[in-house]
Amino acid sequence: MSRLLMSFSIILVGMIFIGRLVSLQLFYTPSTLVESDPAITKEYIYPERGFIYDRNNELLVSNQAAYDVMVVPREVRELDTLAFLELLNLDREVFERRMKRAVNYSTRLPSVLVPSLSKERYAVLQERLRRFEGFFIRKKSLRSYHTKSAANVLGYISEVNPSDMRANPYYIAGENIGRTGIERQYEETLRGKKGVRYIQKDRYNREIGSYQEGALDSVPIMGSDLQITIDKTLQEYGERLMTGKRGGIVAIEPSSGEILTMISGPTYDPALLVGRQRSKNYTEMYYDSLARPTWDRSILAEPSPGSPFKTLNALVALQEGIITPNTTFTCYDGFYVYGDKRSCHCGGGVRDLISGIHHSCNAYFAETFRAYYRNFESTAEAHDLWTTHMKSFGLGDFLGVDLPTGRPGRIPDTDYYDRAYGPNRWVSTYIISNAIGQGEVAATPLQLANMTAAIANRGHFFTPHLLKAVEGRDVDDVKPSLTQRRNTTIDPKFFEPIIEGMEEVYLQGTARYLQVKDIRIAGKTGTVENFTRIDGKKTQLTDHSVFVAFAPVEDPKIAIAIYIENGYFGARYAGHIASLMIEKYLKGSISRTDLEQRMLTKTLEHEYAKPLSGKPFKINENAW
Amino acid sequence: MRGSFLLFRLDGLSMFLIVALTAFGWLNIYSTTIEVDGAAALLDLTTSHGKQLFFALVALAAMIVLSFIDEHLIKRYSSISYLFGLTLLLGLFVFGSTIAGATSWYDLGPINFQPSELMKLLTALAMAKFLSDTGVSLQRSTDQFYAVLIITIPVLLVLMQPDPGSALVYLSLFLVLFREGLPLYYFFAVLLTGLTFSLTLMFGRNALLIGTALGFLTYFLIRPKKKKRPPLLFDVLFPLTQLGIVALTPWVFSSIFKQHHRDRFSLWLGLESDPEKMLTIKQTIGYNTYQAEQAIASGRWWGKGFLQGTRTKGDFVPAQHTDYIFSSVGEEWGFVVSALVILAFVGLLLRFVQLADRQKQAFHRIYGYGVISILFIHFTINIGMVLGLLPTIGIPLPFFSYGGSGLFFFLLMCFIFLKMDANRHKTHFN
Repeated sequence: MSRLLMSFSIILVGMIFIGRLVSLQLFYTPSTLVESDPAITKEYIYPERGFIYDRNNELLVSNQAAYDVMVVPREVRELDTLAFLELLNLDREVFERRMKRAVNYSTRLPSVLVPSLSKERYAVLQERLRRFEGFFIRKKSLRSYHTKSAANVLGYISEVNPSDMRANPYYIAGENIGRTGIERQYEETLRGKKGVRYIQKDRYNREIGSYQEGALDSVPIMGSDLQITIDKTLQEYGERLMTGKRGGIVAIEPSSGEILTMISGPTYDPALLVGRQRSKNYTEMYYDSLARPTWDRSILAEPSPGSPFKTLNALVALQEGIITPNTTFTCYDGFYVYGDKRSCHCGGGVRDLISGIHHSCNAYFAETFRAYYRNFESTAEAHDLWTTHMKSFGLGDFLGVDLPTGRPGRIPDTDYYDRAYGPNRWVSTYIISNAIGQGEVAATPLQLANMTAAIANRGHFFTPHLLKAVEGRDVDDVKPSLTQRRNTTIDPKFFEPIIEGMEEVYLQGTARYLQVKDIRIAGKTGTVENFTRIDGKKTQLTDHSVFVAFAPVEDPKIAIAIYIENGYFGARYAGHIASLMIEKYLKGSISRTDLEQRMLTKTLEHEYAKPLSGKPFKINENAW
Repeated sequence: MRGSFLLFRLDGLSMFLIVALTAFGWLNIYSTTIEVDGAAALLDLTTSHGKQLFFALVALAAMIVLSFIDEHLIKRYSSISYLFGLTLLLGLFVFGSTIAGATSWYDLGPINFQPSELMKLLTALAMAKFLSDTGVSLQRSTDQFYAVLIITIPVLLVLMQPDPGSALVYLSLFLVLFREGLPLYYFFAVLLTGLTFSLTLMFGRNALLIGTALGFLTYFLIRPKKKKRPPLLFDVLFPLTQLGIVALTPWVFSSIFKQHHRDRFSLWLGLESDPEKMLTIKQTIGYNTYQAEQAIASGRWWGKGFLQGTRTKGDFVPAQHTDYIFSSVGEEWGFVVSALVILAFVGLLLRFVQLADRQKQAFHRIYGYGVISILFIHFTINIGMVLGLLPTIGIPLPFFSYGGSGLFFFLLMCFIFLKMDANRHKTHFN
């Protein structure tokens, strides 16, 4: 046994080794074999990112070329630093710092040494850079914008970061990814798919051709061009009108749900987020915590809807048989809740539904609201039904719009009040502010526009969306889920009196000075009380100006909702802008130049400065 | 008369295998170190392959000198040589120069001399001398103690350099002791100790305490009743030692081991449960092994051809002309030749076993086994490491790896043994 131990061990070890060789060399192909082979270079072929067009095929976004000087530290040999620095017009100190950073990143992978050269500099460098081993120029595609508007809708692209790469292994360092808006929502459609070529090198690092005759190669798939529903002219016009104002505007085509404009004020030029200055500009805007230009008010702001919400309460009451268009209530320049008077500015007197709407009578809708709840055995039962009706208008819901961000607004349901007051411990008078669109309800401008579109359509709406076509194929083919028709729970016949009332708003009500010749507009003003905290004390600010409208009444082409922070009453800023935009969209020109002049020159900066001034201030001042 | 001239009496098969392995090894050193710009002169002493060739020639010269020296003299001076070797190892602590963190070299101007390589030969000789002395028996514990001492002293000295790879080589001489009558249960005891340590790391202390205790209980219950048994001391001490090892393993691992030792074990046994940390270990500590494996795997059946390897060239497999030379064989020559190299080593070792067993003099036989043990441990650990079967321990592949002292003494060691074999029919008179 002792004598055989040695021979036995030798044979055993030999067998194990040969077995391992068999498994390594004959049976096992590590998945990383090609990837890790220093003699096989992977070359990516990037397809061009798709263009974005507006609804009238006007180009919004295309691409421009930019050039980076790259370095692979391992391949740098015998560098004539002086000549090199001179060629690139680079400081020695800067050069050394960037080289150090490149080495720290990787000696084998390329790093950017000089980013974003111009085309002219590229032409000069292209030939001469060949002399310097380890350096090369990488062509890069940047976005090029053909409008200064719609930054919030289009979004922007930027280089992937480590967490993007972990989340999606498709991306490698240096590639771009859509960050917000359309760029992010339709990232894969716009991006296409990069192709890859494996190139075999010999041991002298010379390319000797395609690896395995291209068996592993893949061709790039081109990015697709998108057409979106935005109307470039209207969008640009709206953004001009929003100068110096904070708020959101959304316009929808009621017959399709296509979003015509989506404006957030203040906004910014999308070209600010391209290329070398992107990071600096973005940081600057991101930290502007007062104006918040990167915060899209059209879909993220959730103010109380104000008076436009009265129309929905009226519809619910009509549907449930609580009122008819002829039902009257008397307004005593207000109404009483438990002996406590809440004021109304409609002028007082006996109101029916239509005059209640166009005079925006608080008392009328408070009484209607109360009557509705009285009609049911329990408040909860009444409120559940109310919630269902309201939600059928797309309120309290993300709406399924094709954008990566959004807010649901709020339709407070029974649970919400049960949590606040306790089950069966609240009644309609507790929540009566909802009757006039104050209180707990909240809606984004997008939801208000959609609600208006539902009224315009007499009881249904189409999911609001931004995608119109992909490479000429209509959205109904590409993504039918985006254009779904949704019916409200209100019978179409109840809409006529409401629309009549809304038209009266223009004819003799709160918006009678905003009429546009030859266009029948139905609208509703809203004046929304709002509060902030200054030094911990609840302080009321100038009311938000809210307006919803659609036109033409007989065949609605546009439904619009406008929300202007601290713009005072509804007919003021929001109403002006609504009339102008409707006219612009339907006629292409402006006859109400007086309104236009006012909107282009008036700003609200003085309002926004008030709460920051540190001094006592007046709100709701009548002077413009 | 055939056989009168020494060269013709040397064992032909062994000679052929040694020359073939050395020549082929040299080709691979040439391939891995040759500059991109083209071939340099063969004997250019500024290149690795030039130095290697130079040392092969020096070894040849030394063999010619040695062929005039009688084995008897070698035996006579083996003890004093051993002491001389120890002195050289001790001298390192004063005069040695430090390369890569280990004080293992004497700086002799153009070349560095590594005494631990010489000491391998001297320890084998001293061991053979001691065990072949009349009256020495490995059945006796005092003699066991002396034999162990001969191995342990140089082990401790090289551990202090520190050079754990060489220490392991000396320890392989225990294989000789087993051949010469040291009871085999020591062998299994050592094997089991290593296993216990590894298993404790893998499965935790408590599991192993219970497992080991149960294991020994079962063993005592079911073992056959034989007359010849290990001493009672062994029966009691061994289980207790094993339990002690289990108990102490976590402490040794966390307090005695350095971080890089821990990482190597983590890599080898897959101890790290956090996949991200494991990946980091693979990419840093396991980088060599990972690259070597990939290089070998990329060789497939027939390899990429001489000088065509792309992974073993340049900077991708570190130490690729020394410890990782076999990865170049795998990549450039493919499976067929790699397997032939392994068969050649196995063939040479088995042939040496055959030669050793036919020696009439105990000194020759024991020395032969010493040579076999040293070659065998080098072969096993080096190729096991390159193939990713063993943790990273840096010792060269005999005849292949770049390194002057190594090649010189491997050749000399083998030549001395082959010469003993060639002269086995000679009678000696004192």
